[in-house]
Amino acid sequence: MAADPEPVLSFAAATAELGGRTVWRDVDLEIKAGEFVAVLGPNGAGKTTLIKCVLGLIPLARGRLTVFGRPVQRGSDRVGYLPQRRSFDADLRIRGVDLVRLGLDGADWGLPLPFARAKSARVAEVIRLVGAEAYARRPIGELSGGEQQRLLIAQALVAGARMLLLDEPLESLDLNNQQAISSLIRRICREHQVTVLLVAHDVNPILPFLDRVVYVAQGQVVSGRPEAVITTETLTRLYGAPVEVLRTSDGRLVVVGQQEPVSYHGHG
Amino acid sequence: MVDQPSWDLLADLQLLLEFHFMQNALLAGTLVALLAGATGYFIVLRGQSFAAHTLSQVGFPGAAAGILLHLSPVLGLIGFCVTAALGIGLRGRGLDAGWRGESAAVGGILAFALAVGLLFFSLYAGSVEAIYAFLFGSILGVTDRDVLVTALTAALALLALAVIGRPLIFASVDPEAAEARGVPVRALALAFLVLVALSVAVAVQIVGTLLVFALLVTPGAAAQRLTPRPGLGLGLSTVLSLLFVWSGLSVAYFSPLPVGFAVTTLAFGTYVLARAR
Repeated sequence: MAADPEPVLSFAAATAELGGRTVWRDVDLEIKAGEFVAVLGPNGAGKTTLIKCVLGLIPLARGRLTVFGRPVQRGSDRVGYLPQRRSFDADLRIRGVDLVRLGLDGADWGLPLPFARAKSARVAEVIRLVGAEAYARRPIGELSGGEQQRLLIAQALVAGARMLLLDEPLESLDLNNQQAISSLIRRICREHQVTVLLVAHDVNPILPFLDRVVYVAQGQVVSGRPEAVITTETLTRLYGAPVEVLRTSDGRLVVVGQQEPVSYHGHG
Repeated sequence: MVDQPSWDLLADLQLLLEFHFMQNALLAGTLVALLAGATGYFIVLRGQSFAAHTLSQVGFPGAAAGILLHLSPVLGLIGFCVTAALGIGLRGRGLDAGWRGESAAVGGILAFALAVGLLFFSLYAGSVEAIYAFLFGSILGVTDRDVLVTALTAALALLALAVIGRPLIFASVDPEAAEARGVPVRALALAFLVLVALSVAVAVQIVGTLLVFALLVTPGAAAQRLTPRPGLGLGLSTVLSLLFVWSGLSVAYFSPLPVGFAVTTLAFGTYVLARAR
């Protein structure tokens, strides 16, 4: 892991409000370059708000937030974003490669007519990186959820992102695709030193990869090593509902909600 | 009505352009087709067909008001359609969201708009012809002034569309990612609705209020069935729209078939073929 002394993301005494209601307050949090971070917490606790603050879409009510050492700014090329699960309409007639391309120059004025070679090459490069060459030229609406997700990750990366903010990227994927997408994200994180903040309801698929866990619950944001946070006691306290952490025979941790499941597919 | 066409296309073209009203219809039709084809691509991409329909019905009393006030009907159309677009857009949500709660209200407003148009037209003594023309289209009514207004409107709207085209595509297919990348998604939605209003206003002259889909939605829908490439689709939508208008006007000129029927049938036939492919 890259040992960068400067945090790439830093909240200091930060408070967020939505419609006059405090979402979380007095948050101090630092994320280092190349870390793989899970953002966990119950529905409505403010995980998406946290992501949107980093994107500059929601201003902090109080406190400071710096991204790559600078005040937060919307539309930065260094921050890639995958919004909470969008399923593309089966009738959406636009190719995957066009969707990726929009991440590069979709915000520029003008028409998408002349295809600059350097840009096309960059688009092809990220499509290769996520392993989507085989279907990138098919209409996005015809692709499976996992294929769409790979292309959306390519879109988030294409402008040169050094940090990925992924809001529930594993939701509504089947188990195989959850594994495959998790490994892809980990590979991008490790091999390209891209910092990853991943919002999840179900922590199990990414548990083995995590460097750090950020917990958003009850108006607070706390962070720690996975071994410290992913315990029966801590999770039960944070969720306010019984949660059990088990260890499988090969030593992996598994998080299980009791009776009332921790809700894996709700909206955050 | 006129001489019959032959297989000599040059002679046919001369016949077509013989009368001033037909020159006006072809000129206005060409401008309308260029604008409607380009706008239509985005309407289909955004799934905003219903907004186009709404605006066209709101335009009907506008046309009548334009005639009553001795202005050009297209000016009345533009005034009513743009006002409606701003009203819809500034209310926050697009028409296509929140269907269930609002469909009844919108339905009522649309019926009322048609009724007001009917009133205006009856105030303008004995003009069943005019009502018919603005409901179903006509090749007779386009004046020199209409052509001028159409030309200015189309030039302005196409220029605007060329400027906002790419971010509009981004905002249409992936609004949340677009917003995060710095695209002004809400402002674009409003601007686009105004462009739809302008396209509807000029298209009503040729195909009428009730058949405006034929130019505003069908070419874009057919183009998107034929290619998933945005640049190509946009161009194809415009070319199809031009073909429909030119052939429709020619058919209407040489035969007793109404122009609205001719354009709509060509457009629909093409769409069915594109889907069946």
